[in-house]
Amino acid sequence: MRFWRQALEIARVDLTVERRVGSTLRITVPFAVVALIVFPLALGFQLGVVSAIGTGVFWALGILFGMQVALRQSATDTRERRDLHALLGVDPAARFVGRVMSGGVLMVCFLIVLLAAMTVLFDPVLPDGAWPVLLLSTLLVAIGLTELGTLAGEVTSGLANRTVLASLIVAPLALPLIIGGSQSVGALERDTSILPWILLLIASDLALAVAGVGLARPLEEATR
Amino acid sequence: MVRFEEAGVSLGGRPVLRDLDLVVDPGEVVGITGPNGSGKTTVIRAAATLATPDRGSIVVLGTDTRATDLLVTRRSIGMIGHNPGLIPELTLEENLVHVARLADIEPTRVPRALDVVGLSEAASRRAENSSFGMRRRIEIARLLLTRPQLLLLDEAASGLDEAARQLIDALVDSVRKRGGGCIVVSHDPAQLAGLCSRVSTLVEGRLEPAK
Repeated sequence: MRFWRQALEIARVDLTVERRVGSTLRITVPFAVVALIVFPLALGFQLGVVSAIGTGVFWALGILFGMQVALRQSATDTRERRDLHALLGVDPAARFVGRVMSGGVLMVCFLIVLLAAMTVLFDPVLPDGAWPVLLLSTLLVAIGLTELGTLAGEVTSGLANRTVLASLIVAPLALPLIIGGSQSVGALERDTSILPWILLLIASDLALAVAGVGLARPLEEATR
Repeated sequence: MVRFEEAGVSLGGRPVLRDLDLVVDPGEVVGITGPNGSGKTTVIRAAATLATPDRGSIVVLGTDTRATDLLVTRRSIGMIGHNPGLIPELTLEENLVHVARLADIEPTRVPRALDVVGLSEAASRRAENSSFGMRRRIEIARLLLTRPQLLLLDEAASGLDEAARQLIDALVDSVRKRGGGCIVVSHDPAQLAGLCSRVSTLVEGRLEPAK
């Protein structure tokens, strides 16, 4: 129970800080929506093309700006705060889980706003039953990307070029998430099974969760 | 409570502490002074289990600090370091409530702790808008809440007014009275004189005989 109380407290405070700093809602979301608007402008308002690329643009921008959410500054601990957590007996794995909870909430909110904006701006042509699949894959990508960002943040904690290094870790490892997310809807369009792609997303999320929880303590000591 | 035996600690490959022997018994307050860069902060971090020895051994509250699971031992250690470890965007009171919840302490004890350190009126002020002295008092309040068995103070009184220094003295006294141990580090021997049962000088990572 102590583990979950600590995880929930870390998540609660993270979200409080995020609400006050507002880097996700006030900066990342508007920029991502502006980037969405640029695509129809660049394509000269060819409505057929715009509708066809809607979901692809959503995934590309979702991953790109989602990395900013996953690696947000407000989830970075100073050495003093890490020491304090250690001396309060906070389990590093609980801290990882708490960070994933708060980051997951922000990531889901971000991707839902982006998805809504894409729907309005691109009017995507989707096959029957695509919306539940799109929402499910968005949720699974949000969880995976948050886990990846949190893990990368822990690995690079205390390093001088943390932001650059963390991005370099997240970008290649996010590939299964991009592929799984985009191909799940693509499979519906091709009239093939979505199951392999959903399973790829679930497997990625589980692997990252196991890695994050399992590596939390060794990483905590190694990066002190 | 704390036993360094021929302990050597290196940071970034550079030896900082060399063959250090130090014992702190229950109810004892040990002062360590020395020039800048002599390794005082590393002694505190090693005693807090936050730096591990590469030679010799360090045993804190019965646990070798090279052990893999230090979660329980660390809960009994309280430390004030150079910089207050507060969350800037939270108020002073929220910072204490956060600590209480993480440490499984009833948050209803927070107002009393704020009162003791004289910050009841400033409780709703954000940490980022508070003075260094206020943030330091919050750290004292944190230690009043967590009641550590081993108290480690690293230049904790630097930059504080007389009233805040008295709070630190009272904190040390309360830990000593309940049978805990303290290590107090300061570059100013005069600060340690009235507070510590013995004072040693650290020079280039080695302790000189106690005075």
